[in-house]
Amino acid sequence: MKKTLLVLEFTRFVITVGIALLIGYIFLLFSTDKPYEAFKLFLTGPLTTQRRFFEFLNNSVPLMMTGLALSLVFQAKVFNIGAEGQLFFGAFGAMLFALNFPQVSWLHLIMTLIGSALFGSIWAFVPAFLRTKWKASELVSSLMMNYISYFLVLFLVNNYFRDKSAGALVSYRFPQTAWLSVITKYRLNSGLFIAVLLSILMGLLIYRTKWGYQIRVIGVNKKFGLYSGMRTMSIMFWVQILSGAVAGLAGGIELTAMYRRFVWQSLPGYGFDGIIVAILARNNPFLVIPSALFIAYLRIGANIMGRTTGVAPEIVIVLQSLMILLITAEALLEKFKQKAIAKEAMKGE
Amino acid sequence: MKAIEAVNITKVYPNGVVANRGVNLSIEQGEVHAIVGENGAGKTTLMKIFFGIERPTSGELRVFEKPVHISSPKEAISLGIGMVHQHFMLVPSFTVAENIMLGIEPKKGFFSVDFKKMENVITEYAKRLNFEVPIWEKVLDLPVGVKQRIEILKALVRGARILILDEPSSVLTPQEVNDLFDVLRRLVQDGLTVIFITHKLNEVKQIANRITIMRNAQVVGTYENREVTETDIVELMIGRKFEYDIKRERREPGEVLLTVKDVNYFREDGAHIIKNLSFSLRAGEILAIAGLEGNGQKEFVEILTGLREKAEGKILLNGTNILGAHPKKIRQMGISHIPEDRIEVGCALDLPISENLISDRFHTKPFSGRLIYRKRQVLEFGKKMMKEFDVRAKSPTTIVRMLSGGNMQKVVVAREMTNSARIVIANQPTHGIDVASSEFIRKKLIQMRDDGKAVLLISTDLQEILQIADRILVLYKGEIVAHLKNENITETDLGYYMLGAKRQSDEQIKESMKV
Repeated sequence: MKKTLLVLEFTRFVITVGIALLIGYIFLLFSTDKPYEAFKLFLTGPLTTQRRFFEFLNNSVPLMMTGLALSLVFQAKVFNIGAEGQLFFGAFGAMLFALNFPQVSWLHLIMTLIGSALFGSIWAFVPAFLRTKWKASELVSSLMMNYISYFLVLFLVNNYFRDKSAGALVSYRFPQTAWLSVITKYRLNSGLFIAVLLSILMGLLIYRTKWGYQIRVIGVNKKFGLYSGMRTMSIMFWVQILSGAVAGLAGGIELTAMYRRFVWQSLPGYGFDGIIVAILARNNPFLVIPSALFIAYLRIGANIMGRTTGVAPEIVIVLQSLMILLITAEALLEKFKQKAIAKEAMKGE
Repeated sequence: MKAIEAVNITKVYPNGVVANRGVNLSIEQGEVHAIVGENGAGKTTLMKIFFGIERPTSGELRVFEKPVHISSPKEAISLGIGMVHQHFMLVPSFTVAENIMLGIEPKKGFFSVDFKKMENVITEYAKRLNFEVPIWEKVLDLPVGVKQRIEILKALVRGARILILDEPSSVLTPQEVNDLFDVLRRLVQDGLTVIFITHKLNEVKQIANRITIMRNAQVVGTYENREVTETDIVELMIGRKFEYDIKRERREPGEVLLTVKDVNYFREDGAHIIKNLSFSLRAGEILAIAGLEGNGQKEFVEILTGLREKAEGKILLNGTNILGAHPKKIRQMGISHIPEDRIEVGCALDLPISENLISDRFHTKPFSGRLIYRKRQVLEFGKKMMKEFDVRAKSPTTIVRMLSGGNMQKVVVAREMTNSARIVIANQPTHGIDVASSEFIRKKLIQMRDDGKAVLLISTDLQEILQIADRILVLYKGEIVAHLKNENITETDLGYYMLGAKRQSDEQIKESMKV
């Protein structure tokens, strides 16, 4: 029975992707003369050259990190979706440490990354505290915190850390000891290894520690957790702090590896994409790895199609959103699944 | 003429549970037809299909000998089917009249409701049934029996010719049950058809014309009332010989384990829910708190187990006041708790059986080391418990949602009876579960008592209380109105106290507790 359901689940996934692609293809028919070629690029683009392949991998790093951060809070059914603001504030923290910490090799980088995690968790602390202390909805407060993070960090960076010699609104360049290395000439972000490792660690945390057991119990039924003698409030608080640290670290990795300055003038959006990654992974940290890779693949495939065929970039975004919409629509093909379950159940007994 | 027929109905739920498998049932017009079966046998699902709440996976329905598709309660109502649910579907802040006519209010002009006409219609129906309902009172504070009448009127006013009642007597006192049966008889005389689901076989024998027995998602058979005895019915329900042999030997209780002193609780709206509650619980006894639902039991148990914080008074356990303590501390001090609501409180439905069994001891050996949670040990333990407590499921990895009510309850009971606690709070431990599981759980409770533990049993089931309790406290409107030894008392005696028709004086209660 379990196996059948797994097969079904996978079939469902494949079919939804198929439907999404079909609709996407119809969209393409209206926007280009060569829909077939554009489509082929979209599907295979990230695999066509090494540069593109690494671009795809690099894109998956922040997605994996924010997806992981959100899967943690979602496991406990806590809807602190402020990963965006935490990532932004974490990046700011990384910048502070990178620019101010003594330039000792390794230690400097480590402190910078820890700094980003620290700042991320500070940002997650506020909604977590408000929830624990006064039962304020973490959904609302964490969303609001995104705006505060954005404008506060921009204000600080542009007024106090701006590199006036640079041609754009960016911070001073980080010293080399605070760089996270990039590999090969195509600049593979070595943060990918951190992200994969962290996903596995968090997966172990959720499924193989007593702390994770409590998170799962509370996520399924909070009342039952309290009734069984768990400190539900405290666990819900700390899971948010941990999630904030992961989201903050995402910002730290992105800056120290890819830009080596604070470069963002708008929110990069990874925090929100992370929600999609987490939902697709069913909040399972292990599954966050393939889920982030999948979303990144779509992103980069669409970008490549946009760059090389001149399909309007808006169509690309429509295509992406469509696919995500269909994949996350749980009720899609539910009937089909229902029938199979009915058949299986009647046979099984 | 046949009122309603099910032909080869099969229903499979989204989670793969087969609730009805090729069910055939035909109900004659003008009869009282009882449907009995263990919990999870598929009775309620079948009723939900009749009333359009669930759709069958396959099969055919006929109402008054015409094939129909019922896809919503609205359609069911238009076909003349009415249903009174176990948990009433009333708007508490509306008046009786407003509730009865909700959605079908007679109009005066375009916007305003014709209250005069409303009253006339309701009085007419009520008179026909010899009912008395306070038409302009709010439903909020009315007794359960009256609420049930309102539900019946609601169905009749909407033109019901077939009335389905889901466990109608589970919330009533013996006196109220008799009233209900009078009403049902009158309805049948008027040519209505009554279908009712119940667990109480004496009531079935008392009122039903025919009885359909279900087991394991199938119909075992339909019988004329006089053809079968209560024992026959039980055996057909569980599919084997059944001997009701709960034995409770007299025992001298030991030392006092728990003392409740002057506990008072006020709800947020100022209502005085628990009034000066005082009693003590001893090792080696089963103390029952009897009372109709909603007389403060729920709140008291929550206070006692740390799930509700704001109360006054003292609850002493080993000399420590545990009132207001965190459930964790209360558990550590040796109180375990079988909650009233197994679905909302007692289980994590989407976690496996094994993980549900260790929620109070996951942090101890052998389930956890310092940090690591040992999955294999948890599974082993799950397997062992399932065997010991007769939990029927494929494996300990099955999620609890897949289990029937009785098996779910056994999971809860298995957990709460195998920890090291000396005091067990059992709140409605057999509520809404089948006969065999109930018997099993009651035996276990007695066994705990014999092992020198203290059991506080909170129950609305008088049969259960008389069967296993040593002493009985009757709670009425948050107050203890009687303290009785379980010797030579009957359900009717208790019924009077529960309804507030009789009470012992405070001195009498105090005096009897001293001994």
